[in-house]
Amino acid sequence: MTDPVTLDPIAARRLDGNAAGGILAEVFAVDVTAARSRCAGCGATSMLGAHHVYADAPAMVLRCPSCTGMVLRVGMREGRILLDLSGSRLLEIPMPASSGGGPATEDDGELG
Amino acid sequence: MSVLSRGFGRARTRPADDRLPPGQYDVGNSFPVLSAGPTPHTPLARWDFGIDDEGGELRRWSWEEFQALPREAVTVDIHCVTKWSKFDTRWEGVAIDTLLRDVPTTASHVLASCDGGYTTNMPLPDLVNGRAWVVDTFEGQPLAPEHGGPARLLVPHLYFWKSAKWLRRLTLAHHDQPGFWETFGYHIYGDPWREQRYSGD
Ligand SMILES: [Zn+2]
Repeated sequence: MTDPVTLDPIAARRLDGNAAGGILAEVFAVDVTAARSRCAGCGATSMLGAHHVYADAPAMVLRCPSCTGMVLRVGMREGRILLDLSGSRLLEIPMPASSGGGPATEDDGELG
Repeated sequence: MSVLSRGFGRARTRPADDRLPPGQYDVGNSFPVLSAGPTPHTPLARWDFGIDDEGGELRRWSWEEFQALPREAVTVDIHCVTKWSKFDTRWEGVAIDTLLRDVPTTASHVLASCDGGYTTNMPLPDLVNGRAWVVDTFEGQPLAPEHGGPARLLVPHLYFWKSAKWLRRLTLAHHDQPGFWETFGYHIYGDPWREQRYSGD
């Protein structure tokens, strides 16, 4: 980092992506901080938990650790959750161990 | 306890009630920083400010050229959509009227663009007739980077997210193009006196 963190109050309050785990748990059935996201701006892939979170703004904003482009916005308002994922080109979410190996076993009933 | 603190709140806001839009509170001497991204630190040698339209560049000012423009000092109340208001903030800068003086246009709207990628939109009439400025000085000091320096837009009659920090361009257009918060459910216009916080308000 070249940011003079101690001199810049905004940089000093920047959080890592795990800070967004709580509100995202309201939307996703799995822990998405372990998901890998490919940035729509620069194409770099990194764990959501390793993204930069700006939590003081009117919504929580996750930014790419490579290019600082906006990846995700999430906010709560009047009983609704708003989620903007337009800055993520691809989200790879690890499936929970308890749900087995993959869709073949999981979806057998519906497909058959 | 709740009766006591409610009483304090009323006593503090009463003198300012007619200056406080609905749902807002007086933040007093503090100046909260609500940032959705890292603070840009654009060197003044690389800074410029421009007015564009859909066809391209209309006017451009370097930092030195911008400093040479006629300046105004204004004292205004500001109102953030996160419900704090701050009274009697003192700014200095250049009126949008001055910047548009030699720019003939039939545009109806403006999109403000900033270092760091932030954008916000508003009708052109809201920026003219002494209602908006590009400011580089706050309380007599150069505008601090976390508050939008080198220069930010100041449109005090709208919610403060319209007063874009780190301003670099105003783009004149014939349509209203929603900016950063406006595309996330915030009001397209944002009048604090009509409490236009979210789309649908
Ligand atoms: Zn990126």
